[in-house]
Order: sequence, then C-alpha cells, then structure tokens
Amino acid sequence: MANSDNSITIERIHAAYSAVRVLDDVSLTVGSGETVVLLGTNGNGKSTLMKCIMGMVRPYQGLIRARIDGQTHDLIGMTTEEIVDLGIAMVPEGRRLFPRQTVEENLLLGASRRLARARIKDNLDFCFELFPRLAERKNQLAGSMSGGEQQMLALARALMASPRILLIDEPSVGLAPVLVTRTIDAIKQLKEHYNLTVLMAEQNFTQAIRIADRGYVIVHGRIAFAGGSAEELNNNELIREFYLGL
Amino acid sequence: MRTPVFVLLEIVAGAALFLILRAVNNDYLFFAGYTVLQFIVLSTAWNILGGYCGYVNFGSAGFFALGVYTSVFLYTVNQNLEELMPESLLPLMQAIFPLPLPVLILLGGIVAGLVGLGTGYLTLRLRGVFFAIATLALAVVLQTFVVNWSFVGGSRGAYVIPPSTVPVLGPYIQYLFLLMLLLVILSVTCARLIERSRLGYGFATIRDDELAAEACGVPTLRLKLIATVLSGALMGMAGAPFPYYIGYVEPGSAFDLSYAVNSIAMPMIGGTTWWAGPMLGAVLLGTLQQIATVTISSAVNLLIVGLLLIGFVIAAPDGIVGLWHTWTSRRSKA
Repeated sequence: MANSDNSITIERIHAAYSAVRVLDDVSLTVGSGETVVLLGTNGNGKSTLMKCIMGMVRPYQGLIRARIDGQTHDLIGMTTEEIVDLGIAMVPEGRRLFPRQTVEENLLLGASRRLARARIKDNLDFCFELFPRLAERKNQLAGSMSGGEQQMLALARALMASPRILLIDEPSVGLAPVLVTRTIDAIKQLKEHYNLTVLMAEQNFTQAIRIADRGYVIVHGRIAFAGGSAEELNNNELIREFYLGL
Repeated sequence: MRTPVFVLLEIVAGAALFLILRAVNNDYLFFAGYTVLQFIVLSTAWNILGGYCGYVNFGSAGFFALGVYTSVFLYTVNQNLEELMPESLLPLMQAIFPLPLPVLILLGGIVAGLVGLGTGYLTLRLRGVFFAIATLALAVVLQTFVVNWSFVGGSRGAYVIPPSTVPVLGPYIQYLFLLMLLLVILSVTCARLIERSRLGYGFATIRDDELAAEACGVPTLRLKLIATVLSGALMGMAGAPFPYYIGYVEPGSAFDLSYAVNSIAMPMIGGTTWWAGPMLGAVLLGTLQQIATVTISSAVNLLIVGLLLIGFVIAAPDGIVGLWHTWTSRRSKA
C-alpha cells in the first residue's frame, strides 16, 4: 500500500451550533503515521472537532486540510461521503452500528467507498482475523451483541473503507475497564497493520496515552495544552491537577 | 427468485385474478377491486420512503392528488383545445389529444416525482417528526393551490367523463382495473428490487442510524432523494386514473385524509420491512373497508383503520410479517 503521506492540518477553526460557540480558534495537526489523542471531558468540543473534519458540522471560520497519499485536499465544503471517499473514516461515538443488520452486513456497509469495494474480501478476512469474535457472530444481529463486541465491530466497520486516516471518537465509552484496554490494544494493532494515521478523542487519559505519540487537551472549545510527546503529557503537573484531577 | 421469474409470476397471478373477476362478470367487483389495488400501489410507494428509509410521509394525499390533477388538467386542456392553442399548433395538438390514459399515468408520475424531488431537497434536512410535519404541510399547500386554480375546477370540482366502453375489453372499469393491476406489478417489483440491492441496504442504514451511515460514506442525501422521487412518482401514478374512475373530482376528495392515513396504516399493519407487507396490509384493510362500505356505511372506514392500527401497534408492532416471523422462529426452536 502506497500510503506515504497522510496527514490532517486544522488551522484556527471556529464552530458553533447556532448561537452556542463550541470550538474557538482551534489549531491542530496529525502527522503522517502518527497517533494523536484529543483529551477532554464531556462538552468541550472533541466530537464537534471530529464532525468538522468529517464534514458533518461546518466551521464558520478556519481551514481543514488533509493530505492523502501526498495530495492535499481542502475538506471544508466537501460532503461527508466525499470525505470518506478520500480515505478518511470515522468510528462514531457510541459505536452507532446498524442494530437490525447482521455483523457481516454492517461490515459490508462500511465498504461504501468506491475504492474499498474491490478490497472487500481482503479487508473482511483481516477484520475476522483481528477480531475472531466477529467471525463467530457473523450472522448475528449487531444490536444483540455486548458493548465490547459492538465496539470491535464499529472499529472493523471503519476499516472496511480501507482508510488512510482513521478518526475514533471515544472508543472507551460505556465499556468495562478490561474491554477498554482490549479496545485500545486493538487500535494499536490495526494502526500498525495498515500504517494508519489516527486521531482519537478520549476521556480515559491513562489508556489513551499508552498508544498516543502526541496529544492535545481541549477545554471549553480551546486547545489548552499541546503535548509534544506522550511523556510530556504524562508528566505535566498542570494537566494532571487542573484537567484530570489526578 | 430471480426478478424476471418474479415478474412473470406476478403477471400470471394478475391475469388469473382478472380472468376470474371477468368470469364472475360483476362490475362492482372491478370497482371495489380497483380501490384495493390503488391502495396496494399507494402503500407500497409510501413504504419505499417510510418503511425502508424510516422517513414518515404524511403527505401521501398530496402526491396522489398531483396525479389526479395532472389528469384533470390535461383533460380540461383537451376540452378547450381550440381556445387555448394558437392556430399554428392546433392541428398538431388535435393529433396528440386526447392523451391515452397510460400516457396520463406516466405524466402524473413525472409531475409527482418532480415535486417529490423538490420536497426532498427542501425537507430532508429535517428528521423524524419534523419531516412528517413538513410533508403534512405540503399536502395542505397543494390543496390550497388547487382550490384557487379555477382552470382545473377550483373548489367547485371538475367533471371527467370517461368513455363507457373500450375496444376488446368492453366496460371501461375493466380497462382501469387492468391499468391499476399493471401499476401494482410495477410498484411491487420496484420495491422488491430495492430491497435486494445496494440501494436497499443504503436505505436501511438511513433508517437505523443516519449519522453512522454518513460516517461509513453512504451517500445519504442522494439515497433519500431517490426514495422521495420514487415514492412520490408511484403515488402520482396511482392518482392519475382516479378522475376517470370517479367521474367527478373536487379537492376534498382528491386530497382526502383517508389516503394519507391508509398509506401509513397499511404498511404498518402488513409490515414495513418486506415488499409483501404493504400489499398484505392493503388487501386486508382495503377489502375490509369495501365490505364495511356496502354493509355498514362508508363513514365507518377510518374508524376501522384506527382500531386496527391501535391493535397492531400494541400487539404486533412489526405487522403481519413480524407476527409471522416470530411464529416461524418459535416453531423452529420447539
């Protein structure tokens, strides 16, 4: 796979839901092959930022650019399907499976992207290899699985699009601690396999930091702290006290 | 079953039904049957948007009436050709008019489909109950428009006098019945094709979780527009022969509440996830209503619909199809 250069650059975006300002002058980069984590508690704008990248929320100011295989695309003004078609996939918060479809159907639906349709078989095989549980439950309705299994399926579904860049919104939501660990491990594994560029929003600091190269802390819609490395985030007293209360 | 085989079966079944009714040789059966068939088309059309995509359309009567009034309009044009057309066009127009009924049906479908497209663009940003309210408003807007348009009769209504017989078949009602039978075949085939295609899966993702569908790269807006156009066009096609069936149309009857209510209730009672669901519901409810009309009174119709709907919502929220599924799966377990 020739995914040489896949990155996201966000420059000074502002976004709002009618009168409520959600993102205020946010700039952020995710370099090629990096795993960047976006930390912040509820209601600070993590999901909104993700939705801005995916074209689901349109920022009223600022720039969002993606480099995919060395080509630069201006994402603002593009529709969500066009953005997915470029090779950016998202695992939405709360998994958002199609509960009345089977596991396999959910996976196939992830391959809506034109380029991914040719690779359905390979991708499906890899998903089943990475998550054997999904292979066992291939014909089961997605809505009838446990939370952890559903999270696996949500991840696998995003992979079916053969993405270059993967956005993951709060993978740990609603999962038991042991499953959070497993999910984070799985993300690391598939990131390495596909050489993905990953942006992950997460509240669970200690888990997220295990696989992150860098991180940002977002508070009230502003980037409060940008850590150059995982170490830096981990050792920063300000963050530990002010934001995480550790 | 492959689609050509399925269509062939439909045609055989339709032909058998037609021949049996002809053998009985009672025009009332054709009149009653026409209404039931019309409801099969309407409910199948509603189900494409409402059942597959999960967008509840309360404006079915509006789309139906678009077909009705397309026919009324063209009929009136034909009546007044000499006044309306410039001299140069007159011979040509006299050659074209009066338009045969299948052409009217096609035109009714096109008009309703275009309005469906427009509605889609304007309202599909709305979800859930807001979309339903918008479609309800659409029907009211269209009705107001027709009431104030004197060319098609305004609130006075318009007479459309059908010929009493057609060549080969005989009574005109049999011709109408046959056309509606063809529309049933068309709409059911359409619904079944959708169900088994990428389109159908796309629709199902919209119904289950629109945001997730977008995140997967499903082109939701395009799919929804396809659904509104198809659904609207089929409803318009069901409406186009109506003036020739009833003979006199006024806005109150073309925009009747019963069309909107029935085209929702029938798929709900039959089952919305399978192409045969709306048909089952339409046959059941439609026949029941016809029986009630002759035995009790026509006013009792909506009462029956309401009671049945309440019953089904409580006892079998997935309709007859859902009941059947639970029953067969229970049996296979036992």
